[in-house]
Amino acid sequence: MQRRNFVKKTTLTSLATLLGSPIVFGQQLPIGYQPLGIQEPDPFKMFNKDAQMVLLNDKPWNMEAQAHLLNDKVTPNKFMFIRNNGNIPKEIDVDSWTLTFDGESVTQEKTFTLKELKTKFKQYTYQLTLECGGNGRSEFDPPAKGNQWTVGAVSCAKWTGVRLKDVLEDVGIKEDAVYVGYHATDTHLSNDPTKEPISRGVPIEKAMQEETLIAFQMNGEAIPLAHGFPLRLIAGGFPASASGKWIDRLSIRNIVHDGPKMTGTAYRVPCTPVAPGEKVADEDMCIIESMPVKSLITYPKTGAILQKGKKLNVKGHAWAGELRVTQMEYSIDFGSTWKACQLQQPVNRLAWQHFSATIDFPKEGYYEVWARATDERGKAQPMLLPGWNPKGYLNNACHRIAVKISS
Amino acid sequence: MSPSRKKTALVVIVVLILVMLFFVFKNSFFRPHADTEDYKSPTTSINDPSHPDFDTVENGIHLRTGFVEGDGLQLVINNCTTCHSAKLVTQNRMSKEQWKATIRWMQETQNLWDLGENEGEIVDYLATHYAPTQKGRRQNLADVEWYTLDTEY
Repeated sequence: MQRRNFVKKTTLTSLATLLGSPIVFGQQLPIGYQPLGIQEPDPFKMFNKDAQMVLLNDKPWNMEAQAHLLNDKVTPNKFMFIRNNGNIPKEIDVDSWTLTFDGESVTQEKTFTLKELKTKFKQYTYQLTLECGGNGRSEFDPPAKGNQWTVGAVSCAKWTGVRLKDVLEDVGIKEDAVYVGYHATDTHLSNDPTKEPISRGVPIEKAMQEETLIAFQMNGEAIPLAHGFPLRLIAGGFPASASGKWIDRLSIRNIVHDGPKMTGTAYRVPCTPVAPGEKVADEDMCIIESMPVKSLITYPKTGAILQKGKKLNVKGHAWAGELRVTQMEYSIDFGSTWKACQLQQPVNRLAWQHFSATIDFPKEGYYEVWARATDERGKAQPMLLPGWNPKGYLNNACHRIAVKISS
Repeated sequence: MSPSRKKTALVVIVVLILVMLFFVFKNSFFRPHADTEDYKSPTTSINDPSHPDFDTVENGIHLRTGFVEGDGLQLVINNCTTCHSAKLVTQNRMSKEQWKATIRWMQETQNLWDLGENEGEIVDYLATHYAPTQKGRRQNLADVEWYTLDTEY
């Protein structure tokens, strides 16, 4: 899909929606021309997002869901958070798009066209949980800088692509390979062409996992533009920034990849716990890999008022980075007592798991339903904020909703 | 019609067509690389300096950016919203020292220029209007919108 097509498909549809009628001769509109009456680019229309999504930032685009929007078992595009570090690429030509493998640890540099990738290797589809490392940042005290995500920077869509390990086998990598770093065609906010907005990646062990994909489809369709069209690295269970969007080059490194946002405080946390607000030296920071155990109540929406005597059915999802969730509980008395939820197995490794419970409330009044997941190693979500870190990552504190029982 | 009048009429028609074409395609003439993401309609966007609300402040808020009104506002708009959205500033709360450190980080890694003698006023503005508040280890649930749930799910 070239930009012209993107404009045609996305913008014209939304323009027509906005104006209430199809645009006659719309396909002849020159690129960049907007009919009078359209003001700012509307990100909800431009990216096909639900109007209840919350826009955190418009340069670069950053948008999150609310808990109740994430009730679907498979997250549709309209409820999927957007996290961008730079500008979305403007010129995307699928026909000439290539993916190059280079770096110290390839036996020889190799380039694939999209068609070659799709036809030469077996395709796989997995449902994979992608959560932004900074999801929940807004709760840290002292505050951490960056987009102030609340709970909605998580998704679990179906991704289709080829296994990175299959392609690496075809390329040939040396024994000293330790990391795969991605490079992409998004541009730096300063418009400096020599700067990459973000270039992260995964350790070679993660790259060799069966679920680590070079993906070209999301939920059975071409990946939406904001989520990495036409090619995205997908590493479920890791902070979503490891899953590079719009990728055109993968560097097989013999050192831990050192691209932008791999160093300093970016996507790194203190290797040993620190007091809130403490300064941490660069060398004492460690890269985030597997995300911690977490869960979200997605039904009902917070604020439900129920008649006394009625039962409340709650639903949600739980996930634990690279691990499995083995126990799911809820509390309606601020953690004094916990009761078990029903918990399903994941559809595949690294997919979130669904839970449900039917709750009886003893009498009228104000309640909070708290949810707590425990992973296979016995680690549970804390009720308070977990360890403070300079950039406010990994907040996996229990999610809760407010409920009132009326007489 | 004489040949010379015919010629004049032809010229007039050609000019008229050119003028019409100009108006139809003027955006693509002047903004050859414009697209959906950065293109702002010149007559209607609040981001255009000719827009009546370009620098309007209402209830202490600068409408175009969402910044709080205060000393240094224009400097902050000019220096802090060229690369990124004002929303990245207004979402955040930092001490004077932290705002300064953030500026240094942007200068070292993100191509932010030297703010010169304006730096003091910019940092003062940010530290005054976007200072941290104590949140504690967990806050109350706030802004709950209550609704009646009467159907069994």
